[in-house]
Amino acid sequence: MTTDKRAGKAGKAPRSVNRRSVLKGAAAVAGTAIGSGAITGFPTIWAQNIKNVTLRQVGTGVSNLNAVADKVKEDLGFTLQMTALDSDAVTQRAVTQPGSYDIADCEYWICKKIFPSSVLQPMDTNKIKNFNKIVPLFITGKLTPDSVIAQGTAPHTVGFVEGKTSTKFAKQPTNWMTLIPTIYNADTLGIRPDLVGRPITQWKDLMDPAFKGKASILNISSIGIMDAAMVCESMGAIKYKDKGNMTKAEIDKTMAVLVEAKKAGQFRAFWKTFDESVNLMASGEVVIQSMWSPAVAAVRSKGIACTFQPLKEGYRSWGGGLGLAKHLSGIELDAAYEYINWYLSGWVGAYLNRQGYYSAVLDTAKEHMSPAEWAFWMEGKPAASDILSPEGKVMEKAGAVRDGGSFYERMGHVACWNSVMDENKYMVQKWNEFIAA
Amino acid sequence: MSQHTDVSAAAPDRVAARGARSLGGRLPGMAVAYLQALPLMLVLAVFLVVPILTIVVVSFWDFDEFQLLPDFVLNNYADVLGSAVTWKTYLETLKLAVLTWALTAAIGFWVAYFLAFHVRGLIWQTGLFLLCTIPFWTSNIIRMISWVPFLGRNGLLNALMLRLHLIDQPLEFLLFSDFAVVLAFVHLYTLFMVVPIFNSMMRIDRSVIEAAIDAGAGPAAVVWNIVLPLAKPGLAIGSIFVLTLVMGDFVTVRLMSGGQSASLGLLMANEMSLLQYPTAAATAIILLITVLLMIAALMRAVDIRKEL
Repeated sequence: MTTDKRAGKAGKAPRSVNRRSVLKGAAAVAGTAIGSGAITGFPTIWAQNIKNVTLRQVGTGVSNLNAVADKVKEDLGFTLQMTALDSDAVTQRAVTQPGSYDIADCEYWICKKIFPSSVLQPMDTNKIKNFNKIVPLFITGKLTPDSVIAQGTAPHTVGFVEGKTSTKFAKQPTNWMTLIPTIYNADTLGIRPDLVGRPITQWKDLMDPAFKGKASILNISSIGIMDAAMVCESMGAIKYKDKGNMTKAEIDKTMAVLVEAKKAGQFRAFWKTFDESVNLMASGEVVIQSMWSPAVAAVRSKGIACTFQPLKEGYRSWGGGLGLAKHLSGIELDAAYEYINWYLSGWVGAYLNRQGYYSAVLDTAKEHMSPAEWAFWMEGKPAASDILSPEGKVMEKAGAVRDGGSFYERMGHVACWNSVMDENKYMVQKWNEFIAA
Repeated sequence: MSQHTDVSAAAPDRVAARGARSLGGRLPGMAVAYLQALPLMLVLAVFLVVPILTIVVVSFWDFDEFQLLPDFVLNNYADVLGSAVTWKTYLETLKLAVLTWALTAAIGFWVAYFLAFHVRGLIWQTGLFLLCTIPFWTSNIIRMISWVPFLGRNGLLNALMLRLHLIDQPLEFLLFSDFAVVLAFVHLYTLFMVVPIFNSMMRIDRSVIEAAIDAGAGPAAVVWNIVLPLAKPGLAIGSIFVLTLVMGDFVTVRLMSGGQSASLGLLMANEMSLLQYPTAAATAIILLITVLLMIAALMRAVDIRKEL
């Protein structure tokens, strides 16, 4: 643990010098700003001081995009350093090295694990300009007023704490938000329509003996167990009370099904990272597997047919957000709020939507997308023109329709959210046994 | 041999004595010797002893989901040793280690033999030896990953064999299997055998071999009775490299087995990713002891100091 401390200090030491000088400058400029009555245009006023700020963000690969860091530099003037890790590593880093980052970009189920260890500080919703426009899934848990709340760690259940210094999750929305939602999606199985040879309609098709040695499931225990649960429930093998919070008996039964399938040679491989899933699919090693939307897009962009297949039982959904490290204060905290407000102001939203994810504030993202893009990605309509990726590559030809349809069609059919269970430790142990089996 | 050791053991004393004189004879010889060893001792203490002691200490700590709780509990060892997964993983890892060791030793021995005895001239020997090291100019991840498009279901090898009508179904066991793991290990680590064995063989006195041949020994007898025994130290050093590398590996097993096999390294990586540092520390200590025992056994069988 000594190394952690050292790393934390080493990371901070050069900055504290900066911070002091920056603060002095900030006070001076703020003074003149108030004097001149020009307080409204804060980005320009702060620009000079904020330029020296560096915010360090750790998060998963999905949203740690260099394009975002570049745009932050361009629009806001300060530097955003991104470190992309896998979900487990984010949790670990967030809890054990709280001094090594300023912003934690993590999923809601990770938040459930790390927020109680008081390494993050909640955000004042009054400082979030577009707070009222955030998709209600993250506030009340209901996409539309008559939606049913899905199983698992639904984001709104860990989205708020009771007060500024509290680490207790609030049952109702409060003024103190744990994470500002940034990115979310509904996941399902990816298939190679040219190689499966029949329509895929249910989660249980993953276990079809026809795909022996050609199936894969992801090896991130907390997410893999959910996909497994969707499969088991679809097979009729197990009926769960809450897939997101299984009992030991339910875990045992689920694992028994998985181990049996593994021993029978159903799985070709287990994947842990995005690119592994792309390679497995693109090379034809695997024809049906748990997959993430942009991975499907990546396979397709190689000219290989790949479908993100909507299934009868619904989607397994996930969401992530930005959390502020507890140690943030002064101008860095201001910069972080500015970054978050900028994040929700549309440019990133449009960028994420164009990758096949969803953004937290739809109205602002829409302003940054062409009507054809909006219709294709969000309304599930046939593409009026070629659909380009954020990098400008053709992703879909004119006339294509998004797998699963519109935003409401997809996010309205969430069966379960990624979650962390009460029996997490037991589940992980069993998952390890499955991998070693 | 014993004489040789005596000389080398005496040498530092002489150096130390000289050092003492140059310091004006105020420090006793022993102190100077310790002073001279101090820098290395400090480096080893800071970068080897302290970290290992930390791991030992942490392996007795308690933990919950978020933090480590300083304590003295034996739960971690009980959990690790009491779990069937650990034993299975040990067997699995040992199996990989033994297979890899046998293959690298066999290949390494004959490559070194060829270089040492069949290639004439130091220039050719050095040249070919350097040739062996060329794969090491790229990172080992790259060397590992390159097997994937080669061995895959639609990979080069399967495509070639299908076209030649040697098989009519792609061979599935080539990739994401124990076969693939061992293949990658052998590819990665054979050089670690070649180098020390080659080094040992180059020290073999050629007149011994000539004498054997003059006395009527055939090539097989020469290899068996002279080259092999005299190359043993090299073989032992190579074995230490290969065994420790394979026992501690996690990335090769993960990539080449497609995440379907477990190894001790993977087990630890999993435990750490779940913040179960004390369990991972306990696993690490047990692994350390196992590997040290293996090396101790090797040292008993072969006198490696002869080589140094």
